[in-house]
Amino acid sequence: MKRTTLGGKVFRAALWVAFGLFFLFPLYAMADFSTRNLISGGRTLRAWQNLVADEALYQSIVISLLLAVFTVVGMLLILVPTMIWVRLRTPWAKGMVEFLCLLPLTIPALVIVVGLRNVYLWVTYFLGESALTLTFVYVVLVLPFAYRSIDAALASIDLKTLAEAARSLGAGWATTILRVVVPNIWSGILSAAFISIAVVLGEYTIASLSGYQTLQVQIVQIGKTDGPTSVAASLAVLLFGFVLLLVLSLVTRGRRRTQALDATAPIPTGVPE
Amino acid sequence: MVRRLREGLPLLPFLAVVVIFLIIPTVTVIVSSVYTDGVFSFDRIQALFSGTALSALAKSVLLSGSTAIIGAVLGAVLAWLIVSSPPSSMVRRAVISLCSVLAQFGGVALAFAFLATVGLNGVLTLWVQQVFGWNLAGSGWLYSLTGLILVYTYFQIPLMVIVFVPALEGLRDQWREAAVSLGASTFRYWREVAVPLLTPAFLGSALLLFANAFAAYATAAALVSQGSPILPLLIRAALTSEVVLGQAGFAYALALEMIVVVAVVMVAYNALVKRTARWLR
Repeated sequence: MKRTTLGGKVFRAALWVAFGLFFLFPLYAMADFSTRNLISGGRTLRAWQNLVADEALYQSIVISLLLAVFTVVGMLLILVPTMIWVRLRTPWAKGMVEFLCLLPLTIPALVIVVGLRNVYLWVTYFLGESALTLTFVYVVLVLPFAYRSIDAALASIDLKTLAEAARSLGAGWATTILRVVVPNIWSGILSAAFISIAVVLGEYTIASLSGYQTLQVQIVQIGKTDGPTSVAASLAVLLFGFVLLLVLSLVTRGRRRTQALDATAPIPTGVPE
Repeated sequence: MVRRLREGLPLLPFLAVVVIFLIIPTVTVIVSSVYTDGVFSFDRIQALFSGTALSALAKSVLLSGSTAIIGAVLGAVLAWLIVSSPPSSMVRRAVISLCSVLAQFGGVALAFAFLATVGLNGVLTLWVQQVFGWNLAGSGWLYSLTGLILVYTYFQIPLMVIVFVPALEGLRDQWREAAVSLGASTFRYWREVAVPLLTPAFLGSALLLFANAFAAYATAAALVSQGSPILPLLIRAALTSEVVLGQAGFAYALALEMIVVVAVVMVAYNALVKRTARWLR
């Protein structure tokens, strides 16, 4: 179908090289910069050791990982039963749920944090002052990403028949959801979880303006005095996210191309940038 | 009606979370920008027309507009390169994964990527200095609008790839075959079939890129620690220096301005997406 001339091939190769340099060179520079020994020359792994050796940085990594876990659990608990229920019993609410789930794409995180003060006065009043209270607002932040993944998975199974079969065999709603539906939408749940983890680990806007010490906030703070350590931590986060999404695209290999794309690539406006 | 309410009961936890942590903050911003201590007034809105606020808005529009155009054009080229490579190849998976990491979860890390590359002690800076003797990082351009444009391009191009690849995949081989069998050259196929089909998707994606850059905060905040050249950073200044009289209310007005701009752009985006959806899949 395509006639590829030599000139065309060279042109394409040149484009690949140009894009490759633009995108990969900064990543290489991060690796180089973070292992450079500024004092005596040569190479050192000091900056990378700081990821666990620096107490404040290590603490913030723990907090961010905990936040990621809590957000995934909270998101699944809230979203999965709701979406199943909407499809089975309250189809009239489908439009509303979809609209609300995709709304965070249109409302920038920066706007949410400006209006969040009063809400968080109540949250900290009831739950105490802890960075982990960010879980709630992070659940909202990951909704659009999670909604698309889970919606695609639910659309690909015959939910009604499955649920009716389970119910007529005497299963309660909890059993139906946990033991019948969830195993069938496993790939969607996995994508939702992976993408949520990546979002939470990269979130800076809300955490920094609410004054909590998460990983990204700590990275910026350390950057003012110790460049290499910040660069090492940044590169670690980018690589972690890359591996996460690459594994996801391999796991969802069986699905149709565009679907796999949809799962990892929801339209992202107002995402923590 | 009662049955409906009872059926709707399991939706309550979801609704509660969304209302408390999304709707209430947004409504707070909108209401607070026109109500000062319970009294309706346009004072805070008026502050948006002060020199500082207008200049920040203009620079934000310039930054978002230029990176949306650069990102859309270069991103479309990269998307075409990706689509014309074998669909299941590892290279393609890796490129798409890298694109979604950079486009959506980069934030602060991207600022540090460029500090390590063309910052004062950056790898490229030192290298150019050794080889050519130029000072690449001179005058601190990386911390100005020029620097922001470069760094924003680094996440705008990948975002364009992610939203444009599905549109390119929607172009069916049969259309090209039909055109060619009717005697069209490759150039003519692109000019008369592919480009007109892709135009709404391209413009829509460019709008999305604009909104994305306009609302982006982390990268700029990590890069520019002093001064507030663009709107998101002005919001930061207004939020963090509440001791200054009247600044707290100013943040609400600025946030409202951001909502309005992003909403207008997203409405236009949705209109274009509807046109694309007619033939895509």
